[in-house]
Amino acid sequence: MALVTPGFRGRRRGSSERLPPGQYLVEDFPVLSAGPTPDVRLEEWRFTIRSETGSDHSWSWAGLLALPAETPVVDIHCVTKWSKLDTRWSGVSIDTLMAEVETGAEFALVQCYGGYTTNLPLADLLDGRAWIVYRYDGTDLPAEHGGPARLLVPHLYFWKSAKWVRGIQLLPKDEPGFWESLGYHDYGDPWREQRYAGD
Amino acid sequence: MTEQRPEPTYLDGNALAGPLTDLFIVDVAQASTCCVGCGHRCRVAELRVYLSGPGAVARCPVCSGVVLRYVRTSTTAILDLRGTLALSVQLETAAGEPGQS
Amino acid sequence: MARAAVRRRLTGPLPWRVAYLVAARAETPTSRTLVLQVDGWPGHRPGQHVDLRLTAEDCYSVQRGYSVASAPDGERIELTVQLLADGEVSPFLVHDYAIGDPVELRGPIGGWFVWDPADSQPVLLIGGGSGIVPLIAILRTRRAVGSSTPFRLLYSVRTPDDVYYRDELTGNDDVETTILYTRSAPGDSTRLAGRLTADDIGGWRDTHPRAYICGPTGFVEAASRLLVTLHYAARHIRTERFGPGGD
Repeated sequence: MALVTPGFRGRRRGSSERLPPGQYLVEDFPVLSAGPTPDVRLEEWRFTIRSETGSDHSWSWAGLLALPAETPVVDIHCVTKWSKLDTRWSGVSIDTLMAEVETGAEFALVQCYGGYTTNLPLADLLDGRAWIVYRYDGTDLPAEHGGPARLLVPHLYFWKSAKWVRGIQLLPKDEPGFWESLGYHDYGDPWREQRYAGD
Repeated sequence: MTEQRPEPTYLDGNALAGPLTDLFIVDVAQASTCCVGCGHRCRVAELRVYLSGPGAVARCPVCSGVVLRYVRTSTTAILDLRGTLALSVQLETAAGEPGQS
Repeated sequence: MARAAVRRRLTGPLPWRVAYLVAARAETPTSRTLVLQVDGWPGHRPGQHVDLRLTAEDCYSVQRGYSVASAPDGERIELTVQLLADGEVSPFLVHDYAIGDPVELRGPIGGWFVWDPADSQPVLLIGGGSGIVPLIAILRTRRAVGSSTPFRLLYSVRTPDDVYYRDELTGNDDVETTILYTRSAPGDSTRLAGRLTADDIGGWRDTHPRAYICGPTGFVEAASRLLVTLHYAARHIRTERFGPGGD
């Protein structure tokens, strides 16, 4: 173990029975990005689900806001070990968006403005486990946290909750995304500490 | 009131020099890169470095394309150089003088 | 143009060493210079930095990079740490880190943002806020080796309280030094408070200087753009960005 630095405590961090192994609670909301914050104009924003056959279902910003919204309150867990409990969001359930989509695909590749991608099984986006969210903690989702809209899939490590989401490609085979192609876990269950491939 | 440009948050490749000592015995900040996206040539020190949670992303200062990515797990260091045509390091000769190219 | 060769380390990966705080002094009301004894320190080049690793009792660990402020001096190095209001490490280093206590340190790091005393090209140093730290290492090394290479320093800070190394910088007769203020200038100042402009940089009379720019990312980007508008060639400019810093 590294040498303890006498007197150093670091940022306030707490523990809780609700935390997956290896995590600690934080009070702030760290901003971590793989690139510059994309500048997305709402009148140009689109979200598209493309099935494995190539057929598209697409929503404009106004179209997204017109859909029934939910207000999930969820715990989130970052692979860098910080967690936040009871975070409050507003957005549209992926179940709502997938309602009209016909597919036999088992996997999804999430795509974002700025080029970031992440992959996960389609089943993990369904049954009330994922949303496209546009409000956090009572206000519009700030750009640094993924606004205008991001994916929220809290039962997996937070790198899967892709910021600046613009679409989902449905695929018959799993295809690794930005971090998965560099050693991160294709699934990412915090309760089994699936941080890296092979965990 | 004029609109403020948001304060840029990236670092530069000097910030990667320490972590990359796990992999290189030469100083990597001085190494040259060539962006596969736009062809811009610059030193690693001149790349725009974003310290994301899972790892570090170094982007081309001209086109913002990914030039290199670095991940450090507890057991492994992973460096992805697909965004550069090459990583070019000038070496000393045995006599300690800069090598002739 | 001859490029400085990359130095090979003779041994394996750069080791973490244990350094001890042997002295400290307040540099400004919100910054502190740490004097560290580092057994086995291999020496450094002015402009390089070190990584510090701090570990709490529950094994929570963070790392931060700090530019070395001192000229090479055996096994002693100096760092100047700026207190950041919402910082995680700087409040500890500025307020709590006690004389005699250890800290893990790795370095020296970085072969790009360095000055070689054997290089006779004139030098233009542009520092914003804590970006002055690697530049003072360069200035101190220049003095220590007795170099007469023409040097010029532009140092941008918010207020007079934020000036590091004031006596040392203003007492430097053969380095043309300008301290400029962005928020509030002293009463006797001939320049109004405001950000660095092309007029502040002006031109250079003879040989193209090598420019070193260091500070918050926004400052470095703005200063670099100004140099480009003044027709400084990009290959003569070296930069080190400290990340977001506010204005």
